[in-house]
Formats: sequence, structure tokens, C-alpha cells
Amino acid sequence: MAGAIWAVTESGGDGLKPVSHEVIFAAQVIGDALDMPVEAVVTSAGDGDAAEQAAAREVGCVRLIEDGKLAPYTPDAYTAALRRAIEAEEPGLVLFPHTYQVRDYAPRLAAALDTGFVSDVVGHRVEDGDLVLVRQPYQGKLNADCVFTGEGPNLASLQAGAYLGDEAARGESPAEIVEVDVDLSDVEVRTEVLDTFQEVEDTVDLSRSDVIVAVGRGIGDEENLEIVRELADALGGQLAASRPVCDNEWLPMDRQIGSSGQTVAPRLYVAVGISGAIQHIVGMKGSQTVVAINKDPDAPIFAVSDYGVVGDLFEIVPELTRRVKEVKG
Amino acid sequence: MKIIVCIKQVPERDARLRIASDGKSIDETGLATEINESDQYALEAALRLVEEHGGEVVVACLGPDAAQESIRRALAMGADRAIHLSEDAFQDGDAAATARALAAAIETEEEVDLVMAGLQSDDAGWAQTGVLVAERLGWPSATLIMEIEAEEGGLKVKRELESGWFQWVRLPLPAVLTIQSGINTVRYATLKGIMGAKKKEIKTLSPDHLGLDAGDVGEAGRRIEIARLYEPEKTAEAEMIEGDDAVKAADVLVDRLQKEARVL
Ligand SMILES: Cc1cc2nc3c(=O)[nH]c(=O)nc-3n(C[C@H](O)[C@H](O)[C@H](O)COP(=O)(O)OP(=O)(O)OC[C@H]3O[C@@H](n4cnc5c(N)ncnc54)[C@H](O)[C@@H]3O)c2cc1C
Ligand SMILES: Nc1ncnc2c1ncn2[C@@H]1O[C@H](COP(=O)(O)O)[C@@H](O)[C@H]1O
Repeated sequence: MAGAIWAVTESGGDGLKPVSHEVIFAAQVIGDALDMPVEAVVTSAGDGDAAEQAAAREVGCVRLIEDGKLAPYTPDAYTAALRRAIEAEEPGLVLFPHTYQVRDYAPRLAAALDTGFVSDVVGHRVEDGDLVLVRQPYQGKLNADCVFTGEGPNLASLQAGAYLGDEAARGESPAEIVEVDVDLSDVEVRTEVLDTFQEVEDTVDLSRSDVIVAVGRGIGDEENLEIVRELADALGGQLAASRPVCDNEWLPMDRQIGSSGQTVAPRLYVAVGISGAIQHIVGMKGSQTVVAINKDPDAPIFAVSDYGVVGDLFEIVPELTRRVKEVKG
Repeated sequence: MKIIVCIKQVPERDARLRIASDGKSIDETGLATEINESDQYALEAALRLVEEHGGEVVVACLGPDAAQESIRRALAMGADRAIHLSEDAFQDGDAAATARALAAAIETEEEVDLVMAGLQSDDAGWAQTGVLVAERLGWPSATLIMEIEAEEGGLKVKRELESGWFQWVRLPLPAVLTIQSGINTVRYATLKGIMGAKKKEIKTLSPDHLGLDAGDVGEAGRRIEIARLYEPEKTAEAEMIEGDDAVKAADVLVDRLQKEARVL
């Protein structure tokens, strides 16, 4: 791979999103190891001080891609803009955060460039001067080492939290902000954004709870929920769930923890029959003490737990409820 | 409406995974399998659209002969017929190679209105294939779909965004949608459906039929090499408590929560 490493950022109203700093940091570390220059890419105008914030990091320059067609976001406009910028500047490696927006357009970009795209990367190694990207297929149960077969420009997206954004080095002076002219006037945007909204139906705010007992697909059926509810009651906590439990309508959507649900940080989080997929973990990893009950000793949830009980939840949960009631009097 | 649904056969959720002797793949002997979860939701959504508006549902699956099991299941649920890319040359691709083959197979069908895929496979988890297919076909796409309304000449769809946000988007047909789990309640195959499925057509196509070189598909068509597949290192800082004796496990755990973690 020759050329620069690009860190493609994403921003909201307040400027760069936290994941953007993670991508810049990853680009700095990989750039160091492979001796490739690092450049940040900021798309779309009007997002606070995104370009200035990126320029404060230690990067060769910030490439600013602005065009009226980039707001609101659409996959057609973003694919065309990034494609034109990449074809003009020829970076060797383009890094993205693995956000919903990137899932929506980066594969289009990879197909348009006919290049490799390693998605949802959790780490990397450099072996004999080659970049090895690590991802976690099989729902996080296994690791896979991936290498690109072509010279690039290659694409990769990074799992949120895999790299520490706070560690991204700051430059001594702000980096130069260079505008990339992509002129999208000839690009046909086929999707029309009608309405972006938050659904607020009698939402329970779990973020205020001190104790949360979350139940996953391991519970098997709606009628089994009672034993978990009893544990939550004994602990004086709230009942929450992983996505499949809400998808099956065993519990309402507003009880869901994770990337498409609520983010919580209680004193005690008890995960019952939850495997620990990354989309669940991002919603609860800030919890003070985590207990997991799972019959699979290799379940990824144990990696983020303080206490793990390996066994059948149908035997353990009722005993736990009984014991909690005893000590709480 | 003519809809093609991409379905992938994946290991059953709680299946015990063994790494094959090549150190790069999963040993598939005796492995229990199922249709990828979000693909089941995609199939259900397609069946409902056709039930309401008329048309045909075709499932497309790239996978070994053993994937017929999932194809039959999809036909039993109500799909009208299937395309199976089962030749060896198609297998072991990355998302790029798989999408190239699926897109070419879709192009052999006439007057397709809509392609649906799951948003992510439970095994490889690239979260790419449906969108790659869209770009290959040159069609618009929308991802993470939670609701679909058919309109004159197009669709209105609800996309899931991060942290509880949603978005309504309108797009013209033909188009590609990737479906998020939970969009509907997936039906079970009825006995009648299972019997009927035996008579439904499963068409197999070779790279030749698709106008593709063997080098475009499968392992040869990859843009990414899997150098190694392995168990993640145990980072467990967790204290593991043996749960065979539930009474004892509960006692130990409550003791820790009281005295060490001080959360009770
Ligand atoms: C874009 C996107 C967004 C997502 N958003 C979210 C989100 O916000 N929240 C979320 O939770 N998920 C989300 N998901 C889904 C996520 O990837 C996982 O599929 C999901 O979290 C799995 O839920 P689970 O752990 O309950 O089920 P499974 O993964 O099926 O795990 C069930 C667990 O129960 C255990 N078990 C089974 N029986 C027993 C028993 N008798 N005793 C003890 N243990 C038992 C099993 O060993 C297994 O570990 C999202 C996915 C995507 C792609
Ligand atoms: N081999 C395959 N055959 C049919 N469809 C597939 C195949 N691989 C992936 N898909 C579709 O693409 C979606 C996303 O898969 P992936 O990109 O692997 O995460 C899946 O949910 C399927 O709908």
C-alpha cells in the first residue's frame, strides 16, 4: 500500500463525533508503523467546527469535502463524493468509523472502486511490513486476521471503542485545511429524505436506574420472563433486555439496551442469557459491576463482566433471587 | 412486484464452532444450520409485500449443496422459487466476491422490482453484501429498514439510525433494501408449505451462465484474504463461578456482591 492513510470522520451538530477521534488515532498508530502520512477527511458543511477540531490533531492535513448535495446525508451523494476524492488523491488506506452511516454507503464505495473493505475492525498488527486487520466474525465468538489482496486504495471500518479517541495526538500547530473539489452537480441523488425523528412512546428512562437486570434470548420464551422479573424485584432494580427479546415483543422496545436502544451505567448490571454482542455491550459497558449468567463458558459477555456464573439460568436465577431476598431481609 | 431475497445459510446460534484444519474456516461436518436471522425477516417482509400487491418472491442463495436445506425452508415459508449458486467456484468468497456473483445472478432475472437482503450475516458479519449488490446493479439502496410502504413507482421506508433515531426515506424502484431484525414477526412453515416446497424450482447457475470468470468469484475473486481464524484470547478479568451447584453459586455470588463489589 502506498499513499496516505485517510481518517474519514463523522460529525453532528457539535462537531466531530467521538468515533472520529478514534479513527484519527488508529490512522496515527498505523501510519507510524507503516510509515504512511495521515490525513483527516471531513465531509459536509455546517457541522460545528469539525474541520478545525480535526486540524487540531496531529495530521498532515485535513481534506474538507463540501457540497450542497451532502446534506442531508444520502448514500448516492456520499459514495460519489468519496469516490471522486479517493480517485483524485489516491490514498493507500481509507479508515472509517463503523457507524450506521458508514454501513449505508461504504460498501457502495468499495464496489465502485472494486477494492477490499474490511468492516468492523477491532485491532491490527503489522507483520513483515504488512497490515493485518483483526475482526470478530461469528457474533464476536472468533477472531479473524484479514489482509488486503490488492494495493489499494483499500477500505476498513473500525468498531466503536476499539481505539481510544482520547489518545489521538494533537499537533503543535493546526494542520492545513485543504478543500477537495468533488463538484456533485451531475450526481443523481435517488433517495429522498423525508423525516428524521426520535420515537418517544412512554419511554422508561433506564439510564437513571441503579440496578438493571437484563434478559436475553437465552430465556427462550416470554412465559419464562417471570423468574428474571422476580430477580429484578428482589434487587430493587429495573428489567431490561437485549434486542431479540424486544424483536420478539416479549418486552417493549423501550427496555432495550444497546446501540439501537438505551445506554446505561448502573451500579449493578446483571446479564441473564445474553451472549454479549458488541451492539449490546456498547449500551452497558459503563456499568460499575457486571454479572453475567450464561451456560456457554466462552460467551463474549464474560469478557466485560466482573463476575461470571457458568450454568443454566433456569436453575441459577431462582436460587439467586432466594439468596438476595435472604440477605436483604 | 417481483422480489429477490438473498438468504445465507449460517451455523445455528448456539452451535459449537470448531476451527477446521486449515486454520482459516469452520469445520462444517455435522454443524446445525439455519437461515441467517435478518434474512428470515427480509423473506417475511417480501412475502407480505407480494401477498398485498401481487407478484413473485424468488430466493437467491450462494452456498454449498448443504444450503439446500435453508432454501427448502424458505420455499416452505412461501417463496415461489429459488436460485442456488452451489458450484465450488462460488464458495469461500469475501463479501466482494459473493456480491459480484449474487448481482450477476439477479441480472439473469427479468423485471426485478426489489432486492432484499439481511443487514448482516451472523457468521461473517461483513454488513456489506446487500449494499455491494446495489452498487453492482446500479440501483439505489436503503439500509436497516424497519418499515416498508409501497407507493406508485417506489417505496417509502423507515430506516433505523443510532440511539433511538429513525428516518423515513423515499426511493424509486428497482431498489435494494437491507432489513433489520424485528421489522415483523416471522411466520412458521406450515405442513402444507413444507409439502408444496418439494415441487418448487431450484435453479442452479454456473459462473459461465452469469458471464463471470472463475477468477471473479469465490476464493479467487476475493479482495480480502482471511489469513487465520482463531479463538480470541481470554481477557476475562471476571471471577468465574461454577454454576453446576446453583445454591452454592448463588451464595458465592451474593457474598461477592455484598463484600467485594458492595452493591447489595
Ligand atoms: C445494527 C445492529 C444493531 C443492533 N442493536 C442492538 C441493541 O441495541 N441491543 C442488543 O442487545 N442487540 C443489538 N443488536 C443485535 C446483536 O448483534 C445480537 O444479535 C444480540 O444482542 C443478541 O442477543 P442475545 O445475547 O440475547 O442473544 P444470543 O446471541 O442468541 O445469546 C443468547 C445467550 O443465551 C445463552 N443461553 C441460552 N440458554 C441458556 C440457559 N438455559 N442458561 C444460561 N444461558 C443460556 C447462550 O449461551 C447465549 O450466549 C444489533 C445488531 C445490529 C446488526
Ligand atoms: N452467500 C450468500 N448467499 C445469499 N445471500 C447472502 C450471502 N452472503 C450474504 N448474503 C446476504 O447479504 C446480507 C449481509 O451479509 P454480510 O455482508 O455477510 O454481513 C445477508 O444477510 C444476506 O441477505
